[in-house]
This record gives sequence, C-alpha cells and structure tokens, in this order.
Amino acid sequence: MASLVPCPNCGRRPKEEFTIKGAALKRPAAGADASEWFDYVYLRDNPHGAYEEYWHHTSGCRRWLVLTRDTVTHEVAACRDAADGSRLEERT
Amino acid sequence: MSSYRLSKGGLVDRMAPLSFTFDGRSLQGFAGDTLASALLANGQMLVGRSFKYHRPRGILTAGAAEPNALVTVGRGGRTEPNTRATMQELYAGLEAQSQNRWPSLDFDVGALNGLLSPFLGAGFYYKTFMWPAPLWEKFYEPFIRKAAGLGKASYEADPDSYEKSWAHCDLLVIGAGPTGLAAALTAGRAGARVILVDEGSLPGGSLLFETATIDGEAAADFARDTSAELQSMPNVRMMMRTTAFGWYDGNVFGAVERVQKHVRDPAPHLPVERLWRIVARHALLATGAEERPLVFGGNDRPGVMMASAMRTYLNRYGVAPGQSTAIFTTNDSGYALARDLEAAGVDVVAIIDSRPSAGVGYRGKARVINEAAVCATRGRKAISAIEVRRDSRTEPIVVDALAMAGGFSPIIHLACHRGAKPVWSAEKAAFVAPAGLKGLEVAGGAAATTNLAACLGEGAVRAQAIIKELGLSCPPVALPKVEGDEDTHSARPLWSIPGVKGKAFVDFQNDVHLKDIGLAVREGYSHVELAKRYTTNGMATDQGKLSNVNAIGLIAKARGVSPGEVGTTTFRPFYTPVSFGALTGAHTGHHFQPVRKSPLHDWAKKHGAVFVETGLWYRSSWFPRSGEQNWRESVDREVLNIRKNAGICDVSMLGKIEISGSDAAEFLNRVYCNAFLKLPVGKARYGLMLREDGMIYDDGTTSRLAEDRFFMTTTTAYAAGVMNHLEFCAQALWPDLDVRLASITDQWAQMAIAGPKARQILQKIVDEDISDAAFPFLAAKEVSLFGGALHGCLFRISFSGELAYELAVPAGYGESVADALLEAGKDDGIMPYGVEALSVLRIEKGHVTHNEINGTVVPADLGFGKMVSATKPDFIGKAMLQREGLAAPDRPQLVGVVPLDPKQSFRSGSHILAKGVAATLENDEGYVTSSAYSPHIGSTIGLALVKSGPSRHGEEVVVWNGLRGESTPARLCNPVFFDPQNERLHV
Ligand SMILES: [Zn+2]
Repeated sequence: MASLVPCPNCGRRPKEEFTIKGAALKRPAAGADASEWFDYVYLRDNPHGAYEEYWHHTSGCRRWLVLTRDTVTHEVAACRDAADGSRLEERT
Repeated sequence: MSSYRLSKGGLVDRMAPLSFTFDGRSLQGFAGDTLASALLANGQMLVGRSFKYHRPRGILTAGAAEPNALVTVGRGGRTEPNTRATMQELYAGLEAQSQNRWPSLDFDVGALNGLLSPFLGAGFYYKTFMWPAPLWEKFYEPFIRKAAGLGKASYEADPDSYEKSWAHCDLLVIGAGPTGLAAALTAGRAGARVILVDEGSLPGGSLLFETATIDGEAAADFARDTSAELQSMPNVRMMMRTTAFGWYDGNVFGAVERVQKHVRDPAPHLPVERLWRIVARHALLATGAEERPLVFGGNDRPGVMMASAMRTYLNRYGVAPGQSTAIFTTNDSGYALARDLEAAGVDVVAIIDSRPSAGVGYRGKARVINEAAVCATRGRKAISAIEVRRDSRTEPIVVDALAMAGGFSPIIHLACHRGAKPVWSAEKAAFVAPAGLKGLEVAGGAAATTNLAACLGEGAVRAQAIIKELGLSCPPVALPKVEGDEDTHSARPLWSIPGVKGKAFVDFQNDVHLKDIGLAVREGYSHVELAKRYTTNGMATDQGKLSNVNAIGLIAKARGVSPGEVGTTTFRPFYTPVSFGALTGAHTGHHFQPVRKSPLHDWAKKHGAVFVETGLWYRSSWFPRSGEQNWRESVDREVLNIRKNAGICDVSMLGKIEISGSDAAEFLNRVYCNAFLKLPVGKARYGLMLREDGMIYDDGTTSRLAEDRFFMTTTTAYAAGVMNHLEFCAQALWPDLDVRLASITDQWAQMAIAGPKARQILQKIVDEDISDAAFPFLAAKEVSLFGGALHGCLFRISFSGELAYELAVPAGYGESVADALLEAGKDDGIMPYGVEALSVLRIEKGHVTHNEINGTVVPADLGFGKMVSATKPDFIGKAMLQREGLAAPDRPQLVGVVPLDPKQSFRSGSHILAKGVAATLENDEGYVTSSAYSPHIGSTIGLALVKSGPSRHGEEVVVWNGLRGESTPARLCNPVFFDPQNERLHV
C-alpha cells in the first residue's frame, strides 16, 4: 500500500495514520431507483490502474480525502479534501 | 590440509584476539573477523549439514548470499537461529552452534537421508506423500519435520529492545562499495542530503579485498579515506550494518540497522536493531553483483568456495583456503584470485578455464587448462581432489580447495520490488534492471559493469546527474585512476557442464540439484514459477541469491531458448531475512496496544472492582463483598439491590460526541433512521443508526442541549467507528451542512444511577429540581451540582428498566462525584455495580447490544420497525431498507427464551431447534444472542434471534449446543422479562 499519503492539510504522512473506506463513489439521490443504490452499495470496479478512493486521515487532521491511487503501483496521483469544490465525477 | 590464517595481511586487528566457541569448542579469532573467517582461520571447514540430504557443508561465500553456513548464535532469549556466519561479526564470547545435525556435526544420523535421495527428488512432497492419507500424520509429517530443518528458535522472551525510525534524504545510496562511495562523495560534496547504507561493518565493499590501486593508493585505503571524508560532512549520514531490504511506493525504502548484533552484551539504552523507513527523493542502487556457482558434481563439498569469497578471505581476513588450490573459472576474475593466492604463498595447482584461449596474460605458476571443466569432486567432509574433464577425457587433480568463478549476476532485487521485471541482456550475459525506473537508478556492478574504474566513474557520474535533476548544482567530478584491475565480464555463461558425476547442486540451501531441474522440465514444470515450486529452487531463506540465475540458465538450455525467454521469478521484499523483533519494534508486552482507563477507574478499583478487558478498555465487572463465594453471588446482589434500592455504575466508556452547528439537527436526522429534527431542547432520544445497506450499525441516546448543540452517546465498541462515520457523512456526503463534530469521550466521566431510590440520592447533589414533574423520563440538561461548585449534564435515561439517570461531569471530578453519590446514598443502600449486573438488567429488560446488533439485523428484526421514519426524505440506509427480503416474515427476529425447567440453563451461541427435529443446518431456527441468570425470574433467561420469533411466543423449542453436547427444553417468550409496561421508568 501507499507508504506516504500527500494529505492536503498535513503534508506527506505515513499510511498508518489513515483508514481506507474504498471506492469514492457518488451517493445516489434519495429517490434514485433500486438498481442505482445496489450499484452504490455493492458493486465495485476492480480497475488495473487509477482508482479514486476515500481515505480518512484518522490519526491526523481527521479529514476525509479523495485519493487517486494506482492499484498497480500504489502511486498517488492526486489527493484532495472530500469536501472540496470539485465534486465526484459520475461513474462511467 | 585445511584452511588457515596467514602470518600477515588482511584488515583484521591481530593485536586484538577474540575467543569464541563453535559447538562448545573454544576457538580464537581477531577483531575484524566474521564468524566465517574466524572458523576458516581455525581450519573449521565443515560448518553445517544440508537441509534435505544432510550433506556436509562448508562456507561458500563471504556475504549475504551464504546458503550453507547457517548457525545458531547466542543462548536463552538471545538465541538467533539461521544466522549467516558470513555476516556475523566476531566478538569476544560469541557462542555459535551448528544446525540440522544429530548427534553431532561430524557424525550425523540424518546423513542417511542421502541414501533415500531417489525418493526425495523434485516434487517429492507431491508424489511420495500422496497416499495413503492417514500416513501423513503418523509418518510423513514427523519424518519431514525431523529430517528437514533449520535452526530452532528459543521459547524464552527476547530481552532486547527494538525500535523504528524515519529518515529523509535527497539521495539514498544503497551499497558502500566503489560505486556507492563515489556516488555519495559526489553528492555529498555538492551539498545534497545523502544517506549511504551498507550491510557490512566496514565501508568499501569489494575495495576491501581488491588489490588494484586507486590514484596510487591501496583500494582499502581509498575506501577508508573516502568514508572519512563522508563522515566529516554534516549533510551525509553513513549507516553501516544496515540492509536496505525493500523499495516501496513513494520512494520509501525499508532498511534494518543491526545496532548491537556484533556485541556480546547489548547496552540496554540502545535497541539491538532499528527498522528504518527512508524517504528518498532519489536513490542509487549500488549493490554490486553476486558471483554464480558452477554446477558440477560435488560442488557443495567443504573446501569448494566462490572465487570472490576466497579472495575476500585471503585479502581482507588473511585466511588461506588450503595449501593447494584449484580455480574453475569462466572469466578473468579467476586469474586475479590465482595471482593473490600465489602472492600469499598458496599453491595454485590448476586453473580450469571454460574458454578456449583465455589466461594468456597470466604469469603465475599454475597450470592453465583451457576448454575444460571440473565435473566432479572427491573427498568426504572436505575436498581431496577434483576431476577435470577436457576433450571427453577425465583427469584427477589432488587439491584441498577449489574456487568457482561462474560470472556475476547484478544484485537488482530492490529495483524489481515494485513490479518491474528484470530484462536479460545478451551483451552483458546477465539479468539487469529495466530502464526507466522512477526515483531509482542502478549503477556499477548492479548494472553489470565489470571493472573497478568504470564502477567508480559510473557512481560519480550518476550521482552528478541525479543532483542536477534535483535542482542542486554539482562541481565537476575528477575520476580517479585505477591500476591493476581485472575485468570480470563473462561473455558466455556456463550453465551446464558435460560429464557431471554425482549430485551437482543448483540451490545449496534447499538441496536442489541438476537432475531436479531436468525432472521438472521433463514433467512439464518448465515455466520458471512452476519449476521454482516443483523443485523448491530459490525458496530457502537465501531466496535463491546464488541459485536462481543458474536454474533459469539450465531451464533455458533444456528448452532451447534464451534465459530472457524463461524470465525470472518475482522479486519481493525482504532482500535478506528481517527479524520479527525489528518489525515489531517497541510494540511488545504492555506496549502492544494502548490501555484505556475510564476517569472512574481508580474509583472502581478503590471499591474493589474486578476488571475485565473489553477492547482497549478496562471495565469494572462486579464489586465483590466479603463472604461472597463467587462472582454470581456478587452480581445477583448488585442486581437485586438496584431493583430494590439503587446502584451506581461507571459508563464513561460509552462513546460521546458533541455535535454542533446550525444544521446539527438536520444532520442527525440524516444519520439516524428515526426522527431527530424536532427533538426539543432538554430532551434525550434513543436513536438507531443504520448502514447504507439498511442493517443497524449502532445505537445510543442523543440529547439536545441547545438549539444547535447535541450530546450523542454511542456504544463503547463502536465509539471510534461512529465518529469516523459521522465525519464521513459531514465531510464527504453533505459538506454543505453547517455541522461540527468533536469526540468528547475522554472529557467526561459518566455514571449511571439506577434504582427506585436514585432520585432522592441524586437530588442531594443536584441543585435543580429533578422531580418527575420537573425532570421527566428522557429529560436531558446541563445541571449545577453541590451548590454551584460544579456543572455537569444529567440525562434521565435507563438501560436497567429502573428509574435511572446518567450524570456526566468533567473527567477530573468523576471520582469525587461518584464518592459523593455513594455518601449521599449510604442510608438508601446505594452500591456500585459493574457491567455484569448491567448486562443482567438489560437482558431482563430486553434491551439489545451488539450481541443482537450483529450486522444482519434491520430495525424491525429487533422490534424497532415503527421507529423508522416513513416521512424523512433521506437518511443513511433508507433506500436499501426498502428491499423486499428485509421485510420477509421468516427473518430471524428478537424473542426471549427461558428453560422449561428453571434448574436448567443454556449458553449464548446455542441454537434454537423445533422440538423433536435433528440438529441440522436446515432445521436451524436461530440462536441465543445473550443469556444470563436472572435473579428476578429465578432462572437463566436469554434473548435470541429466531425465525418469525415475535409470532412464536409460548412455543416450546430445544436450545442446542453442539460444542458442549447440551440440549435444553425451553420456551420462546416476550423478550421483555421485567416490567413490560415500563411503569418503573416513569415513577
Ligand atoms: Zn491530514
């Protein structure tokens, strides 16, 4: 796993300080149909390459972050606060 | 004749003799020796028995790749098995034991395995032991365990300490040989922050045995002077005895520093090993190259040694391998060894060179035999002769030592730790690291550079380029002048040797020999990964450092393809074994995990609590009184007293979260499945938090202390998880809500005061009126205590089913307040009670915990169906809760259970069966989630999740415990055993 995570608030910090939730998916609207919810709760892509994930800086600033991590190399291409302006892209 | 110490020469300190023991025998060495060089100096050529065939084995290498000379060092808790004698520095009083021999190294019964060898070939695990299965336990496994083995670990605790640390640098140089020293010097002089690590005790690498001169200076002196300059630079950190074992993402390198593995009595204020994570902007891999053995019959006999190792023992340690040596070589490095041996007065009787016309520049006395190979050796526990084959004729030559120089394989392990595959270079006749690695460059021997001048140049030039890339300026580099160096390039590796007689070993440590590789190929396991597993080649503790490339070469030859086509197996950390101690660091014993103690811990202890560990917490279980024979008597007393008088219990470990902000109510409304938006100020409400899949996640009460401020409690176990979850909701899902979260678990001491007399006791310390009218059930507010001396929060909530309150006060005042309550309730019979009594009370009342909230239940399963808001537009879990299956009538749902005979009992975890059916999975109706002895009912009672449970009250069932062979006739019932109308809550 990624050894150092570039937290936008704390700088590069060791991975032990973080908790990983998994795929950073957009939560469906309340009234979305069942299949959309089923996708959100259960179905995961397993890409070979870049993947957006929620990481929590549990032992740091306690912010939830969205990391773009390469599942092959673990290289972190981007990391932003989950609350920051640019919203999650729709799943394609 | 055997190996011996020369009268002069080497880098050992002959003024500092050291005594040590090997298998109890007292021997002498010098400071600067390794255990291996000291053993050789004492003529101890036999140092171990091989893994499978128990063949006598000697010292093969002078470094980290050693497969044979594994010994056990130290005693008691400091016992260190499988220590490579070639890496262990000698110290006074070192105790070493040989391994894998019985009863002694010289006479080993296990050597009989050699006779069984026809059955122990490649794949023997899969073939020999296939059938019949019952023999596994009785025969095969004990046989394998006894016969195959390395050293034995001690059962005693390790008395030493270990630690972990981080380091950061511009340039990490791995390997302090000529390449690494030149690189570190260049970067150091340019002012870069440099870390130079090397697994050895002295910087220099091959310079320590090299006889070439650098700028007119002896190679070892050049190494010493260069490292002295490096030591003097504040921006350079030299870490000797430090093995970089892995390359990880983010350009982080793992390294282990053996701080005190070379001393008899480690200083207690220092760790014996330190695990480093080194963050490098750039790294240079200057790890050199590993010499390859040659695969001929009896190449494992003591006295056969790698040529570079023989040169190391000769030049660095002043140890000769014998009196008459032969050298079997495929390249010019064999001649450098011949020259050095002859200079030291050791006869070289023959140089057997696989090449047709090499060695013409050699001026020594040895007979050079071209186009020839050693095909076998003779001798028992040491080599006595070799058989040389040329033009299909075989000639015996008497020798007492044999060097083998099969060419060099670059040490590129770390470069391949992140998934990159080595590539075969036909030109270099070696596997080299792939080009284009980010953050890591390979130079010198590790890049298949085969002469000293080029290594020194490459180190400097690469460092210069890296420095520039990092944006630092670098002064011009002057390359030193090297004289007397040999090029060790081996244009044509010699994979297989014609006319091999006897076992020719490929993997010495796992006893894999030539025929095993052939067998694997013939039987269809010629893929390199399959061949590895089928033969176990490369799977020993040395991970095939000497054997892998030879095995690949042999497979390639058998398949008629190039080694590149065969490819390598996967390189993974660790490069060499790392002790569990180093990986564990300081996290042992009490430091394994933190201990959490409530602010009322000392108060509970003072009143005699028996504690139980729940997660990290120590919780008071019960408070025994004199005369009580067992815990049940104490718990029954506490329970009955609460129902009759009052009790006080520490509930500080419940998670407490303060939620504030103008959208706090809206936020709670979304994270709980029940409504919170209109909770009035001054009121508490029980809340159920779901997961997004609709299952219950956690429960607790949340109170509104002000319009925009709430006080949430969670269960003890899920306190941290709920906090993370709420932060996720607030930050990732609904960042537009104005809400702030703070964990306040540790800031408050919280106590439950329960029982019919709770109010009158509590009123004595609470300033406000807490009568039922003024402070009814589910009231919650900040209160003043002791006439305004203190403020706290008071909640009228009840887990016990009695009139009850929870009082939170600032943590530091917890003990005083709890004692004040005991004092205030003295005449009313108040007693402290623990979590056992609490558990009995809640089971009697049918209250659920995480025993019931097991991750598979939805609110309706626990009787909370009506709580779920039908009107809220959204809350976590709402969508998935609508699924049809979650409303199925036969879902396991909460029900009570009592034994038909009150004298009988049952345990939690037991399964519920209909009467008269067999105990099968199909007949399983559910299970008992919680059980306790209820003094109120007078028997064991239980809560259970049973199919269609709520509609089966009154049904007779069997409570079945297959593990204990218990079957208890019981009746399903209402899960609320006590005061089902809740009358006692509202008094
Ligand atoms: Zn952070």
